Amino acid sequence: MNFLFLSWLVLGLGACAAALPWRSSKITAILGGGSAVLGCLSGLIAAGQGLVADTAATFSLPWSMPGGSFSLRLDGLSAFFLLPLFIIGLVGALYGTEYMQKEKARLHWTWYNLLLISMAMVVTAANGLLFLFAWECMSLTSFFLVITEYDLPEVVAAGWTYLLATHLGAACLFAFFLTAGAFCGSLDFASFHLLSRLTGPVISVLFLLLLVGFGSKAGIFPLHVWLPDAHPAAPSHVSALMSGVMVKTAIYGLLRMCSFFPVSPAWWGGLLMTIGITGALFGIAMAAMQRDVKRSLAYSTVENVGIILLALGFWMHSRAAGQHVVAALALAGGLIHLLNHALFKSLLFLGAGSLMHGSGSRDLGRMGGLMRRMPVTGLMIVCGGMAICALPPFNGLVGEWFIYRALVESAATLSGLGGFFPVMLVGFLALVGGLVLIVMTRIIGIALLGVPRSPAAAQAHEAGWPMRSAMIALALLCLAGGLMPIQLLRVAGRAAVLLDPDSAHLFTSQVITPSWLGIMALLLIGALLAAFSFNRWRQGRGTVAAASTWGCGFAFPSSRMSYSAESYSELAQSGILCSCLTPESRDGRTIGFFPMIRSFVFTAPDPVLEKFFKPLFQRLAGYCRRCCRLQSGNLHIYLLYVFSATVLLLFWAGQR
Amino acid sequence: MRTTILQLFLHLFLLFGLSPLLSGVIGKTKALFAGRVGPPLLQLYFDIWKLFGKGMVISRTTTWIFRAGPVVGLAVPLLASLLIPFGPVGAPISFSGDLIFFVYLFGLSRFFTACAALDTGSSFEGMGAVREVTFSCLAEPTLFFVFIVLARLSGSFSLDAMFGQTLATSWHTAAPSLLLILVCLFIVTLVENCRIPFDDPNTHLELTMIHEVMVLDHSGPDLGMILYGAAMKFLVLGALVVRLFLPGTTGNMALDILLFIGGLLFMAVVIGVIESVMARLRLLRIPQLLVGVSLLSFFSLILLLR
Amino acid sequence: MDTLLNLLLLLVILLNFFLLGSSRLVSCIRTIAFQGGILSLLPLLAHGFSGHTLFLAGVAFLLKGIAIPYLLFRAIRQVHIRREVEPLIGYVPTLILGTLATAGAFIFSGRLPLIPEHSQSLFVPVGLATLATGFLMLISRRKAITQALGYLIFENGIFIFGMLLTEAMPLMVESGVLLDLLVGVFVMTILMHQINREFSTMNTDNLTSLKE
Repeated sequence: MNFLFLSWLVLGLGACAAALPWRSSKITAILGGGSAVLGCLSGLIAAGQGLVADTAATFSLPWSMPGGSFSLRLDGLSAFFLLPLFIIGLVGALYGTEYMQKEKARLHWTWYNLLLISMAMVVTAANGLLFLFAWECMSLTSFFLVITEYDLPEVVAAGWTYLLATHLGAACLFAFFLTAGAFCGSLDFASFHLLSRLTGPVISVLFLLLLVGFGSKAGIFPLHVWLPDAHPAAPSHVSALMSGVMVKTAIYGLLRMCSFFPVSPAWWGGLLMTIGITGALFGIAMAAMQRDVKRSLAYSTVENVGIILLALGFWMHSRAAGQHVVAALALAGGLIHLLNHALFKSLLFLGAGSLMHGSGSRDLGRMGGLMRRMPVTGLMIVCGGMAICALPPFNGLVGEWFIYRALVESAATLSGLGGFFPVMLVGFLALVGGLVLIVMTRIIGIALLGVPRSPAAAQAHEAGWPMRSAMIALALLCLAGGLMPIQLLRVAGRAAVLLDPDSAHLFTSQVITPSWLGIMALLLIGALLAAFSFNRWRQGRGTVAAASTWGCGFAFPSSRMSYSAESYSELAQSGILCSCLTPESRDGRTIGFFPMIRSFVFTAPDPVLEKFFKPLFQRLAGYCRRCCRLQSGNLHIYLLYVFSATVLLLFWAGQR
Repeated sequence: MRTTILQLFLHLFLLFGLSPLLSGVIGKTKALFAGRVGPPLLQLYFDIWKLFGKGMVISRTTTWIFRAGPVVGLAVPLLASLLIPFGPVGAPISFSGDLIFFVYLFGLSRFFTACAALDTGSSFEGMGAVREVTFSCLAEPTLFFVFIVLARLSGSFSLDAMFGQTLATSWHTAAPSLLLILVCLFIVTLVENCRIPFDDPNTHLELTMIHEVMVLDHSGPDLGMILYGAAMKFLVLGALVVRLFLPGTTGNMALDILLFIGGLLFMAVVIGVIESVMARLRLLRIPQLLVGVSLLSFFSLILLLR
Repeated sequence: MDTLLNLLLLLVILLNFFLLGSSRLVSCIRTIAFQGGILSLLPLLAHGFSGHTLFLAGVAFLLKGIAIPYLLFRAIRQVHIRREVEPLIGYVPTLILGTLATAGAFIFSGRLPLIPEHSQSLFVPVGLATLATGFLMLISRRKAITQALGYLIFENGIFIFGMLLTEAMPLMVESGVLLDLLVGVFVMTILMHQINREFSTMNTDNLTSLKE
């Protein structure tokens, strides 16, 4: 616990120091970034202690707020979420020192450090009011980080959408905490165990409040609409922090609150699974259509949150049915995937940021051939891509392996309707897996490989050592997770003990051990090395000549002829995906023998936002505008309002 | 321990020795149908040998990814073959849940083949890459459904046991399901190995093909490794089909191995016949057919769920 | 005998899938004829050889296997159409819906309180699945001829259900049903001819103009 306070102290001091008007932005970066690195190191020690310790560390101070107390609790579940938080925070800070060198990013480091503090407080708070306070701080600081480039209108629009979404969610959380506090008599989490006495529809209503409240932050379908706009708008290391960690704090909240509830009914799990798989399919389908790298990655976050939700829902479902082995597998899968996603998604966001930094654009159509100019960044993106596609030998496979195993085991043992749903889910999950492969080969193939598609891409430059080392650190962690799956399981086991003691003891048993995955990853690397050395050996005999790509006889191939980002996903769009997701395209059709210059416009806006939320809010705005009549602009009328309100309040108070 | 090493050697021997032969058998069958003499049975051996001794031409736009494609393409079937039984010879490596690893292992080779194709910057190869990743996206659920059927019948989650001794008895109890998944697995084998009616392994420049177009720019030892890797992949998936088709044992190990090899050759002949009598499907029909196949495998699973 | 019966019923389901996924009318009609032929074997396999079952099989074969397909073939020759071009719901979605309906039929029939001797047989689920397929066909296709096909599949489903009751049902009722079917198809083909002459297309959408 002491290290956690130390980390907060360092981060807080850094935030204050970075806010001072230093003469050079370099000093700000060193002060802010340096304090973030140190603070995160100290925080990592705290997380490690929390994971190792058998008992939870607690701390409590009275707080003058009614119902509030400054009480913290660092147990296995908190430590499990602190771990990715401080890892990503650390590498993000390192990355940011090089990435953020613009004048308008003055308060960047202040917000960054404050975001880290508030996120760490969210996962350690043991009081409802403190939790909400930290939650709001987290939302606000991240909002300021999103609008770093506040002179661009689309960034500001994204920021507002984000603020609106997160506050609508927070309203549900307020409702939950007030209800729960009223029932338990206190807002301290210690007294929340009384919630387990609740029965009937009340508890389900509370669960739905939680789902909407946390869901809007986690970006679960269909509340994800802010995510694909806000994550790309932020600077890349902040996108990494938001996609990798911040959406997970919402999952933390859901899990923590559910641990206070009585054993959940099966339909909660069913609901989570349905939302999860729908979101996964939707997210990955949308990711396949985006031209903007970071937007594509943001949609892939929607997909991964869907998969995590699917696993957790399956855990709830099987726990309610009393199948502990399957429940253990699903829980392990969900938690491990959560951790892994934090690592590889951050890696990919940092890589995408590096590509932007080097080529000056987020548009896939303006990149191309960057692997030659930026070899390290390229390699790191390939590593991240393999991890997110769940390919061996990286860590992504471990989580998915557990989830698949849970589904396959229950599909192979249950009969009737009980076996029907896992079978369907396996099918959909396999489809999602295939689509992820399309998305990642698309990003890698269009952005990194082939020929440069713009002059800027042809002149791209590699990132400096802070950015490179940040990416390398994450890639090594991804590889380590793939080679040592047992350690991942052990870490997840610490969190699982608090969630589901019945199945958590299976985590250490031989029943679900993933040790073979590590061995297979090693064998795979061995086989690759063998094939590689064979290739080198044979090549030694012959000559290697360089020539241009064979263009089927055409002598002047240009980048405009190679496959573009749109054409890459066209077949999937027309062959597999639902037509309601088809992006809008205008023009581009040439007619006649000597066609004029034509332009082709291709946009893939979010269908849920465009077809549901926007009309809904426009209608709401119409209703609200009618209320504007109350605002007459006349001072006397306003005074009348005040007077009548006072009279009404007095009357009401008198009635009681 | 000794049996494991023996199995390992038998596996590697069959994999390296036998895999190019299958393509020769297919070619010979097709030649017979067309009334030609056709290339010799061992043509692919000669091709690979020749390519291994040649120099290379590499496109200037390419990077290390282009060279990684063939390497992964050879290493993946090699590792995957160790997870499955070759007829009576059990798998050297087996663990609970290896079926998931098996599926994703092929994902790895697809990832690198597609990336290597895109690395050349040619639109032809890009086209091939798109088709490869898109179609296999639809073939993957089928593979999972097939494996779940077998897991359900055998009560085990490792490929070795799923394709093991219990298979013969399962044919008595659940023949319809097994028949259906045999068909499905065969079709997946055709898709994954780019055979007619999904892809034409003989055309090189029509815009109809998938796999061949992706390797247009590879040459020399790289191309040799791709050809060898493709042959191995064919053997690996084919071995599953043959095992499903011939689950029984005679009790004599040598005879069983011969039976297994005979089964593989028979499958090659069947594919040759199919390629001779069928035309390649229209490209837009392929997703429909693949969805149909996954639904078929889903249905075979439902038959068991009841 | 039972294995053969089950295999035939599964074949019926596979033919259902094929019908949902195919756009060519000629092959659809052939498939329906084939399905009818299979169905006519069912009474013999399920209840053994007797005068009753032989008659039923013979009539079913003549009608479902020969007469109705012949009528349909003649109809499509007259109106010159080869394939259903624009279904209301695409082929892949109908196929998926069909599979889900079939899966639902299998799972649902497992929960029905059937008498023990029927609980293991495939008659109930296959009958339900075929009914659902017929419905899907009726809902999702535009052309009058494919509507007729859907109606036929629907009737096949009822026939499979009827197999459970063959012992109990008087011969007269069954012959009546089969005859009804024949008359239905007759009327349908005549109607198709008329629609074609009147609107010069076969889309049943045009029938909406007949409302007030």
